[in-house]
Amino acid sequence: MSFELNYELLVGLLVLTTAAWSVAARDSYSATVGFVSYGLLLAIVWMQLQAVDVALTEVAIGSGLTGLLLLGAAARLRATERRIVARPSIALRTLAALACAGISVALAATVLSLPQPAPSLAAEALAALPATGLGNPVNGVLMAFRAFDTLLEKVVLVLSLVGVWSLAPDLGWAGRPRLLHPFADDGVLKFLARTLPPLGLLLGLHLMWNGADEPGGAFQGATVLAAMWLLVLMAGLGEAPQVRARWLRVAAVAGPATFLAVGLAGMGIAGAFLAYPESHAKALILFVEVPMMLTIALVLALLVAGPPERTEGP
Amino acid sequence: MNPTTLFGLCGAALVGIGLYGLLTDPRLLRKIIAFNLVGSGVFLLFGVVARRGADAGLGGDPVPQALVITGIVVAFSATALAVALLLRLHDAGGGATLDDGADSAGKDRSPS
Repeated sequence: MSFELNYELLVGLLVLTTAAWSVAARDSYSATVGFVSYGLLLAIVWMQLQAVDVALTEVAIGSGLTGLLLLGAAARLRATERRIVARPSIALRTLAALACAGISVALAATVLSLPQPAPSLAAEALAALPATGLGNPVNGVLMAFRAFDTLLEKVVLVLSLVGVWSLAPDLGWAGRPRLLHPFADDGVLKFLARTLPPLGLLLGLHLMWNGADEPGGAFQGATVLAAMWLLVLMAGLGEAPQVRARWLRVAAVAGPATFLAVGLAGMGIAGAFLAYPESHAKALILFVEVPMMLTIALVLALLVAGPPERTEGP
Repeated sequence: MNPTTLFGLCGAALVGIGLYGLLTDPRLLRKIIAFNLVGSGVFLLFGVVARRGADAGLGGDPVPQALVITGIVVAFSATALAVALLLRLHDAGGGATLDDGADSAGKDRSPS
């Protein structure tokens, strides 16, 4: 067995261990911490699979923002979480374990019997890429070949924000999402919230702009921007906007609306919904990406911040 | 066995681990975490399909990779909504677990 495979075996085992920990840990907070480290390790697996764009997304969203969301929830539920949880009986758990193992074995058998040679759209995607003016094939798929998926994904983001907001208690509508970190007075958090955002802003825009030709893209860039805003909110240096604010609602739909408008215009100019005329493909994609990045950053941060709550004072 | 197959088996195991947590833990937050494990296991299987489709000088088939990126984002949206539902249920006094014992205890406490 080569060193290379030993390394991969180690990463795989670590991923499975952290996954098992986040299921088995007694305390939900520890389980959530396990889940965050699981996400980071999984990103290493994505790197090993040569999927840099996916690794970036997994670190930023799968581990980072999801982790922040779950840690916040775990901290709030911690006080009332009971020490002893009535799990199903041993017999039922054994049955569940056997059933789950069966599903895993069936999936493993499928992995081992995947067709050789593997079907691939890589050559076709690469052949069609020059028409989009982009150099990163993954971004070409996201913004041009499968633009419909990306459009619907943005709509899902906005819809889930509507869902989260609609869970606000009646009195909460006049308030703002509350996201103050319990250790906000700690100097470290405030220091980071003052020094990191300029760098984060630069990095976010760089990821978006460079995503055209290298790994990255509007999404990964927007996540960095959202993280910077969340850092400022958590340190108590800024306040989340009131959800009634009109600019906020306009900004939340600006991305998908621009995308949809360009898509509809494509019907007239290029002959199909979401088609770009070949001469202006790159410019149009950038035109869609900029408002989309704004929307994504805003919506991601607001999804983490949660529904608005009643606040003391005006 | 090559590394890609190894990670495929890893993805298959992750789906099983996640499903087990989803079925057996009555705490809702733990169910959300377990569901995310199932999701990432499925994404990993898809990533293996992408890696096997490496062709034309690319490290992997970009189409499944792009779909996984979309999937991660949609999973995050669903998680955010689930966490918001859970916290609202908790704040409204409904508890944060599907445990039968906790339910009856809650009924005892409520004024009747």
